[in-house]
Amino acid sequence: MGAFILRRLLQAVIVMVSVAFIAFLLFQYVGDPVVFLLGQDATPEQIRQLRADLGLDQPFFVQFWHFLVNAAQGEFGLSLRQGAKVSRLLGERFPATFELALVAAVLALMIGIPMGVYAALKRGSFLSQVFMTVSLLGVSLPTFLIGILLILIFSVWLGWLPSFGRGETVNFGWWSSGLFTVDGWLHMILPAITLAIFQLTLIMRLVRAEMLEVLRTDYIKFARARGLSDRAIYFGHALKNTLVPVMTITGLQLGGLIAFAIITETVFQWPGMGLLFIQAVTFADVPVMAAYLCLIALIFVVINLIVDMLYVVVDPRLRVSSAGGH
Amino acid sequence: MKLKKKLLLALVGTAATAMFSGASAQTVRIANQGDALSLDPHSLNESLQLSIDGNAYEPLVDLDKKLNVIPGLATGWKQTSPTVWRFDLRKNVKFHDGTPFTADDVVFTMARIAGEGSDMKSYSNDFKEVRKIDSHTIEIETKTPLAILPQVLTQVMIMSKKWCEDNNATRPVDRRKGIENTASFKTNGTGPYHVRERQPGVRTVFARNPNYWGKVEGNVQQVIFTPIAAPTTRVAALLSGEIDVMEPVPVQDIARVNANSSTRAITGPELRTIFLGMDQKRDELLFSSVKGKNPFKDKRVRQAFYQAIDMEAIKKTVMRDASRPTALMVGPGINGWNAEQDKRLGYDVEAAKKLMADAGYGSGFEVTMNCPNDRYVNDAQICQAVAANLARINVKINLQAETKGTYFPKILRRDTSFYMLGWTPSTYDAHNALNALMRCPDDKTGAGQFNLGSYCNAKLDDLTVKIGAETDKAKRDAMIKEAFQIHSEEIGHLPLHQQSLAWGVNKKIEITQRADNYMPFKWITVKTK
Repeated sequence: MGAFILRRLLQAVIVMVSVAFIAFLLFQYVGDPVVFLLGQDATPEQIRQLRADLGLDQPFFVQFWHFLVNAAQGEFGLSLRQGAKVSRLLGERFPATFELALVAAVLALMIGIPMGVYAALKRGSFLSQVFMTVSLLGVSLPTFLIGILLILIFSVWLGWLPSFGRGETVNFGWWSSGLFTVDGWLHMILPAITLAIFQLTLIMRLVRAEMLEVLRTDYIKFARARGLSDRAIYFGHALKNTLVPVMTITGLQLGGLIAFAIITETVFQWPGMGLLFIQAVTFADVPVMAAYLCLIALIFVVINLIVDMLYVVVDPRLRVSSAGGH
Repeated sequence: MKLKKKLLLALVGTAATAMFSGASAQTVRIANQGDALSLDPHSLNESLQLSIDGNAYEPLVDLDKKLNVIPGLATGWKQTSPTVWRFDLRKNVKFHDGTPFTADDVVFTMARIAGEGSDMKSYSNDFKEVRKIDSHTIEIETKTPLAILPQVLTQVMIMSKKWCEDNNATRPVDRRKGIENTASFKTNGTGPYHVRERQPGVRTVFARNPNYWGKVEGNVQQVIFTPIAAPTTRVAALLSGEIDVMEPVPVQDIARVNANSSTRAITGPELRTIFLGMDQKRDELLFSSVKGKNPFKDKRVRQAFYQAIDMEAIKKTVMRDASRPTALMVGPGINGWNAEQDKRLGYDVEAAKKLMADAGYGSGFEVTMNCPNDRYVNDAQICQAVAANLARINVKINLQAETKGTYFPKILRRDTSFYMLGWTPSTYDAHNALNALMRCPDDKTGAGQFNLGSYCNAKLDDLTVKIGAETDKAKRDAMIKEAFQIHSEEIGHLPLHQQSLAWGVNKKIEITQRADNYMPFKWITVKTK
């Protein structure tokens, strides 16, 4: 197990460096921050000076090397636009994104699984048809459109829910939380639903498909023959076996939720990392973009690692083959 | 279950507060597409930041609602010699922390803006020395005569020497070296409001300064400023009553804001002028089908382009009436603008075709046009409309629209044949536009730095230098007029329009929209029912 983890960690480092390299390569084309930093009245001399001060006049590989050395020490430098430490900016924004992703994930699971089970058991019923149609919409409608529609209905027409921001927050050290105030929850509802809808429909369709698969297997037939109640068969046997792949997908999707919260955050002016990233892109704020992408890569790598380890724990067959080695 | 109940209660609660929001009459909630990047008034020369900071800090010379200069922290000023100005400072003014305002603070501020890390250096570039005469008198000596010094000073906010020294803020935020300081997050000015709470990018709360020296016209006690970047969300928040004032309103939403029973849109011409420029220097255009010569060197071609562009149609369809077609490179509100010269050559396709034929391009040519797509109101759409117009005189435009982050570096390298640019003179004076946009480019002096097509006329160059030094207003205005005349006759650029400012406000708010897009809170009034 130790060797397995070590090997995965090594791979993780390679992934991170590759992400950083590709990200850096792309940033050569997002534009020149100096134009925004100095404004229209700067003299050519001031522009040259700032470019030199920021190290932007150095060759690509030198810049990349400096970035790597600093990043290895957990130092991502300063946001060109905001003049604040990137690590601090990301730290301030992380709780908002994490809480949003978490609530959306819980929402997707709590609604998606029962809907999937129902659609599998009552195949062909009117309600399952409705579920399937709605889920098709959920998968195909772009997130920003859903967000705007929700705002239009619940904020503008009905006036029930706020349309932007995070509302009142409570601070626990550096972690600011919106989960402990009513206002915070009110602000959470629309963005969380917007973010959850895609995952929700995905989980629902997955559960339904898996469930149908499992219901055809021999041990379900056997369970029926034993005269077990429907309830025991469906929830005790069938659903349990369905959940293994669902959990895997959900784990990976949590990373996706954090990463793809960008659009939801932009629509709802949610003060998270995604919004920070979008603002950084429009200003060619390279340090913020690089740090954000590395952080997202790290989140994916860590979640992947955990999922891989869970596999080994859950599935005995994998344990044997992994012990055998290659 | 409990949570559900709480949520329900909360829902009822918000509905109730929404209904009775008139009760908290003196709080105004303002949303903008962006936020001040720092509260330090010298760290970034950008209008939004200066507008926000201008509620807490004040300049020596202020601007009234019509952009006329009026006394601010200086009660009066006069020139004692062509290069020396004397300012009498206002007495009995205190900073928010209680320290009195004196000449030392002014001398300190002028050194701060000229020093390391300041983004306001361009305002002090021409200063030779700032001298304290006595506790409430200072003198500014400039290197060359500077007629518009009072206008220049309207953007320089005075900070407290003592407070900056006590708070390790003697230098503006230096993003190059990562030096942050207290002035980024807190304010201590002399202005009518002080900052009570600041969460960058989330919300900033201003409270009225009870000890303000001047009269405050409005009745607002508290302002909550929130950035909302997404235009649709910003409009939704206004319509749903969550915010009272927001800007900008996207042009396609102006009608919708006006149609709502509780909101309205306030529009007016902005100071920024949008125009097109053409490479008139190279012997062969970088991006064109014409080889061996440069069609833009021929005035007939430039005029044909001018007359082929249907500005009224662009105003109607692309800008939905939120623009003001112009013939000058500066708009109303800028010193030097005059109605007499602001008359466009008529839109006339036949005349344009004839000009093209006379110039030998009767069958047209191809040229690449560069455009930003996220900098000015509907910028890329305007370029598309221009391309469609020019197709009628057989000019085939290859339109390259891109994000400002890549657009500006490219055109600033003069890597373009035909481009779009917008310009607001930061001094509210035509000289700034003449110097940056119309003078022959010179890398050493910075003249013509944004004259990206390198239009060049010796007479205009000469006039611009003289205008910079002339202090007699009548003579100066006459020279500006002459310079504009030369530029218009030669069709140095193709002026398009001044785009409109568009603010969305709740009907219970009375607000003054200044043409430079500044929004002083002291002019906001909440009507009590």
